[in-house]
Amino acid sequence: MKLQEYRSKEILARHGVAIGPGITATSPEEARAAAERIGGPVVVKAQVLVGGRGKAGGVKLAGTPDEAQERAREIIGLDIKGVTVKTVLVAPAADIAKEYYLALILDRATRTVTVIASAEGGVEIEETAKTDSGAILRMPLHPLIGLQEHQVRRVAFFLGIPAELRKDFGTLMRGLSDAFFATDADLAEINPLVVTKEDALLALDAKIVLDDSALPRHPDLEAMRDLNEEEPSEIAAREAGISFIKLDGSIGCMVNGAGLAMTTMDLVKLAGGEPANFLDIGGGAKADRVAAAFKIILDDRNVKAILINIFGGITRGDEVARGIVEARSLLTRDVPMVVRIVGTNAEEAKPILAEANLITADSLDDAAAKAVEASRAGAAA
Amino acid sequence: MSILVNGETRLLVQGITGREGEFHSTAMLEYGTSIVAGVTPGKGGRSALDGRVPVFDTVAEAVEQTGANATCIFVPAAFAPDAMLEAAEADVPLVICITEGVPALDMLRVYHVLRAKGVRLIGPNCPGLTSVDEAKVGIIPGNIHLRGSVGLVSRSGTLTYEVVQAMTDAGVGQSTCVGIGGDPIVGTSFTDVLDMFNQDPETEAIVMIGEIGGDEEEKAAAFCAREVRKPMAAFIAGRTAPPGRRMGHAGAIISGGEGTAESKRSALEAAGIRVADSPSHIPRLLRDAGVA
Repeated sequence: MKLQEYRSKEILARHGVAIGPGITATSPEEARAAAERIGGPVVVKAQVLVGGRGKAGGVKLAGTPDEAQERAREIIGLDIKGVTVKTVLVAPAADIAKEYYLALILDRATRTVTVIASAEGGVEIEETAKTDSGAILRMPLHPLIGLQEHQVRRVAFFLGIPAELRKDFGTLMRGLSDAFFATDADLAEINPLVVTKEDALLALDAKIVLDDSALPRHPDLEAMRDLNEEEPSEIAAREAGISFIKLDGSIGCMVNGAGLAMTTMDLVKLAGGEPANFLDIGGGAKADRVAAAFKIILDDRNVKAILINIFGGITRGDEVARGIVEARSLLTRDVPMVVRIVGTNAEEAKPILAEANLITADSLDDAAAKAVEASRAGAAA
Repeated sequence: MSILVNGETRLLVQGITGREGEFHSTAMLEYGTSIVAGVTPGKGGRSALDGRVPVFDTVAEAVEQTGANATCIFVPAAFAPDAMLEAAEADVPLVICITEGVPALDMLRVYHVLRAKGVRLIGPNCPGLTSVDEAKVGIIPGNIHLRGSVGLVSRSGTLTYEVVQAMTDAGVGQSTCVGIGGDPIVGTSFTDVLDMFNQDPETEAIVMIGEIGGDEEEKAAAFCAREVRKPMAAFIAGRTAPPGRRMGHAGAIISGGEGTAESKRSALEAAGIRVADSPSHIPRLLRDAGVA
């Protein structure tokens, strides 16, 4: 789960990272009041999780409170890559002398938490990696003892932090590390980290991405979830305990298991169709879960057919078939459905599905082809 | 022959009295796996699975009394890291963790502690493994297998069953099928298992089932190009997955343009490994590669 800039900064500040003052606003009037309280020129920044907000006109300077109100009026309500801006962060416009990049990531390749640092701040690290990988320091932390003082010094020297700011840098970097581990993060990034013309070290922008698996033990962080930036269908799916991602195609997919769900999408594409979603219904495929999945899939008006692919395994195929028929009978909108059930009692499932007018298929390739065909017939009708 | 588990495996099940643990332990026993002990703290002295398996309070006690040499973990995510560490502390050489949803930072510590002790960890968030007709550990349905000489390694659960079923239907039997797990940090990598299959005299060909996220498939491809001379076939799931989204498995995410299905496919093809467009094509690719 990604956290908004102002949330990320809030967390970093709690761990001793200097972030400077900042006030959030949800209306132009609030933005004006915030600028008055801060005093002097400010920057008004859209709080969205999608990248490229600056280019989209979501970050603007304002010399006076009046201007801040005007800029906020332009930004609030702005559409940035499909997300409507609801909140802005008003912060002092920093006089920047130098920009750096500093982050901690969970690095799966080395199975460590790794520090990434670069003296090329303010640009995406992926860009720096492409153009000048020598400008990037990657330094793994010891998995059991974490960040050491000699490592803090190494990063400071690598970045060329001015001698008089090294103590402050140590505080900041230890704070970043503490925040990373305290929140069970996947990524804690400060970009840019700046030295101002007044010789202060400041985290000007920050991003924290949390490990979804660890969220159950952080209810305070779960409460920071920004529902404004999530698909309503994805919110409903999460509440039903279903793993779901909305896509743009016309063939709804209902599958048990994440790998098989991805494969089903791939085969829909291979058969000439476009998947409308990723959906892993989990183990058991019980009737109530199937019913919730149907509703989530069919709420998407683009969906013209549904492909259900269940590898029975330990679950009995005939039970799954009955669950599908039962759940379908409760639907208000209906589309052609292709059902493929494999594994235990798959044979017993067939008459149940046939009686309910569901299209059946033996192989996954066949099921994908039939779903694509059915979606075209459905779209034409 | 086979890898990791066989007729000599004396299995311990941590969480044997839980719903999942009991259900799957029964299926393992029916398959012929020798389950010698269960552990549920507070239920020591009782028995599980209709009196067939003694239950202990601690792993150390279970190992001492029964000589268990492998453990299968079914405890909830919040307790799974501790369960893995307890098994390592009791010197169980092989730990298979089925549990999904273990926090990554917990796994990081567990990974390094187990590695330092020389304990082989499979998973977490995996279906386990089966050495066909010898031993099944975990949740892979026993009835999909056919005894044979193809080793299979996969990051997935039901997708693994799909491929195994396709092979069995086509008469292509398996030696051992290993699910290494769908998390970003897992105990055993593709390369580790490929190395074992490469050295196993009874495994004559290898199937690898990868998916988006990370670079383990790319590393495995480099290893295969260097070391493996056995015929291989592969499948990579997630060609239609959008970047930046976690596709169910915690580890299945394309980030910063890395970990795409295309990148993995081209790395495998560059290593001379045929990559199937559909799981159903795997048996044909194996036949083309010379598997009888």
